Amino acid sequence: MQNHRKLKEKLIEIFFSAISIIALLILIGIFVFLFITGIKTFTQISPAEFFLGTEWNPTAYGEPKWGILSLVIGTLMVTFGSLVIAIPLGLASAVYLSEIARPKIRETIKPIIEMIAGIPSVVLGLIGILFLSPLIAKVFGLSSGLNALTSSIIVGIMVLPTIISISEDVLTSLPNEFREASLALGATKWQMIRMILLPAALSGILAAMMLGLGRAVGETMAVLMVAGNSIAMPFSFFDSVRPMTANIAIEIKEVVKGSLHYEALFAIGLVLFVMTFIVNFISDIIIEKQVRKYKW
Amino acid sequence: MVNEHVKQNVYFILFRIATFLSIVVLLFILLFIFKEGVGVIDIKFLTSMWSHRDITQGGIFPAIIGTIFLAIGVSIISIPIGICTAIYLNEYAKENLLTRTIKLAIRNLAGVPSIVYGIFGLAFFVLFLKLGGSLIAASLTLGFMTLPWIITASEEALKAVPLSFREGSYALGATKWQTVRKNVLPHSFSGMLTGSILGISRAMGETAPIIMVGATFFMGYLPTSPFDKFMALPYHLFILATQHSSPYAREYALGTALVLIALIFMFNFGVFVLRYKLRRKKEW
Amino acid sequence: MEKNNVKISIEDLNFWYNSKQILFNIDLKLYSKKITALIGPSGCGKSTLLRCINRMNDLIPISKFDGKIFYNNEDIYEKNTDVIELRKKVGMVFQKPNPFPMSIFDNVAYGLRIQNMTDKNKIKQIVKESLEKADLWEEVKDRLNLSAFRLSGGQQQRLCIARSLAINPEIILLDEPCSALDPLATAKIESLLRKLKDERTIIIVTHNMHQAKRISDYTCYLLNGKVIEYSGTAEMFDNPKNKLTKDYIQGVFG
Repeated sequence: MQNHRKLKEKLIEIFFSAISIIALLILIGIFVFLFITGIKTFTQISPAEFFLGTEWNPTAYGEPKWGILSLVIGTLMVTFGSLVIAIPLGLASAVYLSEIARPKIRETIKPIIEMIAGIPSVVLGLIGILFLSPLIAKVFGLSSGLNALTSSIIVGIMVLPTIISISEDVLTSLPNEFREASLALGATKWQMIRMILLPAALSGILAAMMLGLGRAVGETMAVLMVAGNSIAMPFSFFDSVRPMTANIAIEIKEVVKGSLHYEALFAIGLVLFVMTFIVNFISDIIIEKQVRKYKW
Repeated sequence: MVNEHVKQNVYFILFRIATFLSIVVLLFILLFIFKEGVGVIDIKFLTSMWSHRDITQGGIFPAIIGTIFLAIGVSIISIPIGICTAIYLNEYAKENLLTRTIKLAIRNLAGVPSIVYGIFGLAFFVLFLKLGGSLIAASLTLGFMTLPWIITASEEALKAVPLSFREGSYALGATKWQTVRKNVLPHSFSGMLTGSILGISRAMGETAPIIMVGATFFMGYLPTSPFDKFMALPYHLFILATQHSSPYAREYALGTALVLIALIFMFNFGVFVLRYKLRRKKEW
Repeated sequence: MEKNNVKISIEDLNFWYNSKQILFNIDLKLYSKKITALIGPSGCGKSTLLRCINRMNDLIPISKFDGKIFYNNEDIYEKNTDVIELRKKVGMVFQKPNPFPMSIFDNVAYGLRIQNMTDKNKIKQIVKESLEKADLWEEVKDRLNLSAFRLSGGQQQRLCIARSLAINPEIILLDEPCSALDPLATAKIESLLRKLKDERTIIIVTHNMHQAKRISDYTCYLLNGKVIEYSGTAEMFDNPKNKLTKDYIQGVFG
């Protein structure tokens, strides 16, 4: 009787653990497929040309160009621009919601901000094309509003809810003892926030920013629609850019399966995968530090 | 000290503005889509097949159906696996390398760009497994993408069940599975369900993963088998907005966007109401 | 000490939690059908010791254990021990009442149902008897289907005792069962424990020395994970042999 029961329990545990391994297998599988397809690129294109070449023109007559630098810069510009917008706004909102707003207001506003996260990127891209882009063109006197600036704003909006909700979580989970001790010494609320809470929450907030960064790097549809998609090297935020994600999305439909171009697109996908993996890894380490400090 | 108070007031006003800016942005987006898109919405728009030559003669019914079929496919693939994984991680897994690796994998899967899922789906499901561009290839691709969200939401639901319930059960000589089945799952099931619904509604809005695995802009018939291609709202909206030549494309894109948002918000609102009702009932 | 039946014999028990040692060389004999109280200041290890007896500490992954605990002449820490069966014979009541979110009836019946008892009449009978033994029957007999959470704290704790009694354990471990309760509720539980010891062995952890003096037959004083003194209750409180014991007892009695 005892052995029968022990066997049943063991089988159930094995069942659940087997299913959980699927998540691990998927991640490995994605990497493997990206790798085996993408790595073939480098049998015909030198890594130097790929990573440092400034011209991407795989379909050019004569000599096709395989340099992804302008694409990488496009990604970096949009990511940077979006964080410049989302981090100050996000942090300010998080502080407001966590420390200043009355509980009732906080409970009402939080779900509203979550709703922004629920808007599909393609819809935000639509707003970008139809509303924001013409507006930017008008305001700055440009011929077209499809550029890095518009992309930064749209991606900034998308990343905002992530930064707000994680930062707010970190702040609210700080022990109340901190607040009480500070106020009991006669500090104002802002002094308490600035000198005690924000430094204590630093790791968690940093992690929030990293997650936001990861999202910005990986954003595809919205940038596809408003970035302009020119493959020329961008020099200012008013220039049209083509981030890596958008490039893959544009070219994958027309490319011949198995061709060098196809493999090169997978190589770009591999670069994206590694970038987001690194960002995630770093934010994991940061979060662990914060958790260990304040049991968040 | 007056100085400090002044400083505080200035900063706090700025913070307030920042927060309300976010709300304003959201409201603006919703209102813009509604105002510009509602004009094209009528019964014909919602229930007719797509008319390729003159889009004003047709509707987005097949895109709605395609999105719903996709949602069903994604649910089948990601919800059972996601819930079982969450149960393992929260109730069974010991603190060892395997567990940490699985958790790392889940967090990373959540961060992989959607287009990368798309090309993976293309290389693996469409080409390698020879499923072709189809509902099943897209469901698998999008299902993989949705899995980490389902796992995270389910884990949270399980964590919300107090430890004391499990302790009380073990102290009476119950086995682990008896404890999980009788004392944990019944009280976390609704949380896992609502979390899953939210994950699926996010998946419905995704475009990049389905572009190359079976989504098409125009089909003359509704998909009848998992191996058929399909239309989908987000992809439809994308093409209308960027590549369509009809003078009415802009309107129709907005109308499609409105329907898509309405669908997603219906799901979210339903979950919100459900969670509110369940929280009232909870006795701990 | 009188020559009584030894129900549980703890031999050279050492326990670590995350490489910090909590219990040191514990040697203790617990007597059958008596109430033994474990007393000591916060953090002295008394709860940890209690949880070793029904192997609830197994649930903590970073704990380490060394030594033997003999129950019915078998070392419960032997590899072959069926922990599930052990817990059916050694019941536990926790510090904070933890009824399941079910009806009163289902709470008490839970232990029976997990043993696959299906005879509805038998279940009903055992539930009634358990609630009677826990002094709760009269208060709940007309509302067995109500949620357990509707009961007061003291009633919930008696419900937890009834739940434990339903599977007829030989030994009941109680971990500061009255610390979350008011004096009236505490008194009810103390009188119930006195009745229960006629059929079972009771081990109770308490930080309330008055309580130990009131209800226990034997008292063990623990300090920093070591047994300082163990003797009959009256003897210990009237004439403590160890100076440390004396300090502790008089520190609170004043």
